[in-house]
Amino acid sequence: MKFWRVPLDTEQIVVTRGVVHIIEERCKGCGYCIDYCPRGVLEASSRFNNRGYHPPVAKQPDLCVNCHYCEAVCPDFAIYSVEAAAQSISEHPVK
Amino acid sequence: MEPAVLTGEHFLNGDVACAEGALAAGCRFFAGYPITPATEIAEHMSKRLPGVGGVFIQMEDEISAMAAIIGASCAGVKSMTATSGPGFSLMMENIGLGIAMETPCVLVNVQRAGPSTGLPTLGAQGDMMQARWGSHGHYEIIALSPCSPQEIFYQTITAFNLSETYRIPVLIMADEIVGHLAERVIIPQSSKISLQSRPRAKGRKDRFKPFHPGANGVAPMAHAGEGYMVHFTGLTHDERGYPAMTADAQAEMIERITGKIQRNLDKIIQVERYRLEDADIALVSYGISSRSSLAAVDEARERGVKAGLLRLITVWPFPEQIVRELAKRVKRFITVELNLGQIHLEVQRCAEGRAPCLLVGHAGGAVITPEDIVKKILEQT
Amino acid sequence: MNGSTAPKHPLDGLLRTDRIPHIWCPGCGIGTVFSSSLIAISSTGKDPANTAVVSGIGCSGRGAGYVNLDSYHTTHGRAIPFATGMKLANPELTVVVFSGDGDLFAIGGNHFIHAARRNMDLTVICVNNLNYGMTGGQAAATTPHLAKTSTTPRGNPESPFNLPLLAYASGATYIARWTMLHTRDLTQSITEALTRTGFSFIEVLAPCPTGYGRKNRLKATDMLKIYQEKAMVKNGINPAETILDLEHGITLGKFVEYDRPTYAENYKAVCGE
Repeated sequence: MKFWRVPLDTEQIVVTRGVVHIIEERCKGCGYCIDYCPRGVLEASSRFNNRGYHPPVAKQPDLCVNCHYCEAVCPDFAIYSVEAAAQSISEHPVK
Repeated sequence: MEPAVLTGEHFLNGDVACAEGALAAGCRFFAGYPITPATEIAEHMSKRLPGVGGVFIQMEDEISAMAAIIGASCAGVKSMTATSGPGFSLMMENIGLGIAMETPCVLVNVQRAGPSTGLPTLGAQGDMMQARWGSHGHYEIIALSPCSPQEIFYQTITAFNLSETYRIPVLIMADEIVGHLAERVIIPQSSKISLQSRPRAKGRKDRFKPFHPGANGVAPMAHAGEGYMVHFTGLTHDERGYPAMTADAQAEMIERITGKIQRNLDKIIQVERYRLEDADIALVSYGISSRSSLAAVDEARERGVKAGLLRLITVWPFPEQIVRELAKRVKRFITVELNLGQIHLEVQRCAEGRAPCLLVGHAGGAVITPEDIVKKILEQT
Repeated sequence: MNGSTAPKHPLDGLLRTDRIPHIWCPGCGIGTVFSSSLIAISSTGKDPANTAVVSGIGCSGRGAGYVNLDSYHTTHGRAIPFATGMKLANPELTVVVFSGDGDLFAIGGNHFIHAARRNMDLTVICVNNLNYGMTGGQAAATTPHLAKTSTTPRGNPESPFNLPLLAYASGATYIARWTMLHTRDLTQSITEALTRTGFSFIEVLAPCPTGYGRKNRLKATDMLKIYQEKAMVKNGINPAETILDLEHGITLGKFVEYDRPTYAENYKAVCGE
């Protein structure tokens, strides 16, 4: 993350990071996870799953903050995130 | 706690005797809706159940009453409801649910004259075919028909035992006359009452299949809360209870729910034979009409006609084999019932043309008298 | 980083995974409501063996078939009385009714009001998709006035129920309404409902893109945008003042929570033992 003035506590603040997992064969391609990811991590992939839908793919995986919203909004139990090692806010990538 | 079995000699009407039979059989949940002439069963259960650790609930209609007793049974409690014609019609859909979910429960129909509101306070036996085929789809059902308060007491116990043994809703097809007739009822000691319980699930919970039949064709049952994580549905389902939308699955399920009854007919069917050994004329009757028939047999014998009575205790499954055998040696059948020919049709079917089948029927609202029957017997000899 | 090596969804333990994928259409919101319900069930910390799910008939009614708990898929409209019998027979059970608006409020409406009146200790989750989805999008008791469905091709001449108000008037002691987008509030409401005693009712709006959506030219994502834009969270508001109007606003929130004796408590107090 870029700052025009670096806060004094930058070194102490950590940003939760997540890894998003996609169970492609369960996906029905509704796109809710893509539309409602607050960090814009996901996009529709160009490939088809075995049911003929385009499952999502993490185009910017590093942006995931493990908020679990994709997991909560997915009607098909096809996506979830798990916590990854936290990183300091200054290292955190910009959306 | 009060005693569940009121051992002793009582003067009870059929409705109250039925309720006492249910309590003696271990019924601890009753859901009902008031309807003449079955209301006294609900009233008596509302009075008695709290004292024996049971629950009574008056539901908003008969549909919910039937749903509630199936729900209670799925949680492991013996349950019952009671109604009459209009309510019986409303219960039909959930009788099918009980059959598909193979859930034990008992439903009492104290029959009054129909169709529609009919004669609420007067008896009939017009729901006999509805009892057999009233819910949609093909299935087997067990229905008993009591002829007295004493008999309804015992039949209610039998109904629970059969429903538990075969995991099936059992119907008690009483009538207004038996329901409201007060007579001596002897209630035995509880140790003299033999009770059956449904076969229960055991073994590995993750491998349990709630509809996998046991030795007698009946699957052991797991109750809600036991950790078997069962699924029950009214959809056609496989042995796991999972919906299976194919003709093969349908055939398999129907075979399961009908086969367990058909393969145990000898254990299920009960009849009473009265002076049938040498009879030329076999009366076939059940419920209140069978009492008139009994008197008619004696009267006819006094007049030199060899009459006998086949009294159906179990009406469904119909005692086909017994009627077939009789058809080989009697000269005619006369079915006596408070409708214009329902069980009569079954007798005709099973007689297979070997003996003429006559009917002493009545549209309902009165009892058939022994004289009516004797007249028919004499007309034909 | 989107590693999909042997992925196991956190809710798989509560799912009959051998029955997934489920029958719900792409974009149907029932799965999301179902997911929130499962999260709530697991977050109560109660023994899952003591939780039973009862459904009626319809798309939402299929919920019981996917949950790896004791689950009962009953007849149309009759989930609540079935659940009533089950709860009274075994008071230790937590009994959840998961069903749809058509099932619970048209064919089953009478059972709903009476169970609420009795304060039967049940959690009733109603997925409201504004129409009958399973049969192809017919008008329901919740379909907005003038909305098009396959049985109201000229627009719905009828008016819908206000479900929170109906529940309140009937005696429900916990009433909330959310949309399937408000997953965290929804999960919290279901958790609260599961951990309290009394009749709890949670209405959840969910899109039916195949039925209602197609007839009213609303894609699933359009419906979600409406939820987002028209939502007004008003916790504690009188249910009589709540609205559900896709043009003017959708009142959401936890509207009612109070205590009064349940049927079982009253039965014990009055009938004794």
